[in-house]
Amino acid sequence: MLPESSPRELAKALTGISGFDDVTYGGLPAGRPSLVCGAAGCGKTLFAATFLVNGATLFDEPGVFMSFEERAEDLIANVASLGYDLDRLVAEKKLAIDHVRVERSEIEESGEYDLEGLFIRLAYAVESIGAKRVVLDTIETLFAGLTDAAVLRAELRRLFGWLKERGLTAVITGERGEGQLTRQGLEEYVSDCVILLDNRVEDQITTRRLRVVKYRGSAHGTNEYPFLIDEEGISVLPVTSADLDYGASTEVISTGIPGLDAMLGPGGFYRGSSVLISGVAGTGKTTIATHLLDAACRRGERCMAFVFEESGSQICRNALSVGLDLKPHLDAGLLRFEAARPSLYGLEMHLARMNRDVERFKPSIVVIDPVSALRGPANELQATLLRMVDMLKGRGITAVFTSLRTDGSFDQVGDLGLSSLMDVWVKLQDIDANGERTRTLYVIKARGMSHSNQVREFQMSAKGVKLVDAYVGPAGVLTGTARLVQEAEEQAATLRRRQDSERRKREVVRRRQSIERQIAELRASLDVAEEEEQVLIGEDETRESLLADERAALAGRRGAAE
Amino acid sequence: MSESTTMATDPNADADLAPGHYHLRLYVAGQTIKSLTAMANLKKVCEEHLAGRYEIEVIDLLKNPQLAAGDQILAVPTLVRRLPEPLKRIIGDLSNTEKVLVGLDIRAKDSP
Repeated sequence: MLPESSPRELAKALTGISGFDDVTYGGLPAGRPSLVCGAAGCGKTLFAATFLVNGATLFDEPGVFMSFEERAEDLIANVASLGYDLDRLVAEKKLAIDHVRVERSEIEESGEYDLEGLFIRLAYAVESIGAKRVVLDTIETLFAGLTDAAVLRAELRRLFGWLKERGLTAVITGERGEGQLTRQGLEEYVSDCVILLDNRVEDQITTRRLRVVKYRGSAHGTNEYPFLIDEEGISVLPVTSADLDYGASTEVISTGIPGLDAMLGPGGFYRGSSVLISGVAGTGKTTIATHLLDAACRRGERCMAFVFEESGSQICRNALSVGLDLKPHLDAGLLRFEAARPSLYGLEMHLARMNRDVERFKPSIVVIDPVSALRGPANELQATLLRMVDMLKGRGITAVFTSLRTDGSFDQVGDLGLSSLMDVWVKLQDIDANGERTRTLYVIKARGMSHSNQVREFQMSAKGVKLVDAYVGPAGVLTGTARLVQEAEEQAATLRRRQDSERRKREVVRRRQSIERQIAELRASLDVAEEEEQVLIGEDETRESLLADERAALAGRRGAAE
Repeated sequence: MSESTTMATDPNADADLAPGHYHLRLYVAGQTIKSLTAMANLKKVCEEHLAGRYEIEVIDLLKNPQLAAGDQILAVPTLVRRLPEPLKRIIGDLSNTEKVLVGLDIRAKDSP
């Protein structure tokens, strides 16, 4: 993430804190002091300790931790919870810890003094291990221990100058003060880089946030970024990317349910697409998601499931009831469940946690079950979900979100604006009729592929999920027993219709035959009539010729008599 | 290398470090005006109030930087009263004699 370096580019020291180095484009200014400030309990000391430990272990830069508050033993114990073994680093001469105890009651002041003792201690510690990094935590404690603020200020100024002169990358922590970043206005002296840590409680949920207040000579992310402290250390989540520049895969992956694959043109989802499975409680969202996981694991892909309502082992147990055994996948390290109650963290924190887990586990399929469990103000929720989708898409991860919709209706209320972000939306619906409830499923949308528009009934059995064509007819969509009844009726009706039509066919044949018979009879009588006609014509001609003959004979006789 | 200047004149007190025996350490950083002033002031106070039962060890941190952490030295000059207990620290060039006396618990002991 380092920007193109120009000759005048500020040298930076990586902190090794995931995300932070991205936000600052390379870490803290090298060879200069940086101020990390924030209220009590916001993680200043842990930030500083992480900076040193990572320096020592990852970047071969030994460091000195000068603590003005905690004793070395306490510090070691406290950061052990992040998995840091300071004792070992100290033994390996990669880290030096010096606890500077300032107890006002033990110190009497008489006359002029300076803090050369502190300089000597620091110099000694730095030289003893060849340190490149220094942490002063929290130097403002000096103001509580010593009365002469004027001397202190002059000496602090000298100290920061001294650190710069020696080219030490330093983190100075400071407690947040009234109206200013630190109680004693340390920001006046440390002007190169100021990081503000914050720990805010909203609706009884705490979210840690980090902001780069200033960074002289360098570009930096200006937003407030959530960060996370847990047993895996500190991670900052730079969720800034809102670009839609991810590639689109044409590879198709199976859903693990043959019937559902068949409903989708190419035979499954595109890899890297976002899939929403929505439905009310008990429609089988998790079961379908489990099938997807199982299918992916069988293909040897890594899968990660963030579950908010059940524990991983509960899901495994439940999956057994539909004939899916997830345990081998868990054992093989292909499948990982991350279960947490939605109220455990704020939205940002959930996102940060997911980001980090995804970054580390590198799954190819992520299931979030159910995404609707995340609660928060609508606009924040939508922004978080958008970034979640982007975060997964940007990595080419196929994301499966399940969403519980209490209304089960088709309107926009309560869908978190998710539906339009999704590439595929499979909707599960219960149909409650004739005293029974049946699960049905249909694909509302599937970007970039043809898909079935039909409602399918799906059945869950010990053999898994099976899709059955639902009866769709003039009587509406029929499922379950009603479908069976309807199917039987249809069969009977078909039989009846076949018999009917055969009968009608026979009748027609019969009628045709009778007509033909009539035609034959008529034709016969016609022949008779023709014969008669011929006879009559013959008789007439004979009679005419006889008459003519008679007339001729008569005329002959008359002529002879005259 | 610590420059140990033993000023004790009472052999008994030196032997068993009895209560009332003062073991003082003055931490300085080089021969600065402040350190020299502190040294002079300390000697004066000790001679006046602790004659014969004190011991001063002057430690130059420029020569022995590793000793600074042990006695939690922050400011210089720092005077540390190692004995009698409890440990006391006085920072500064010791120009305020009153404060030095109170800081070393001499005032409370010596004055009625």
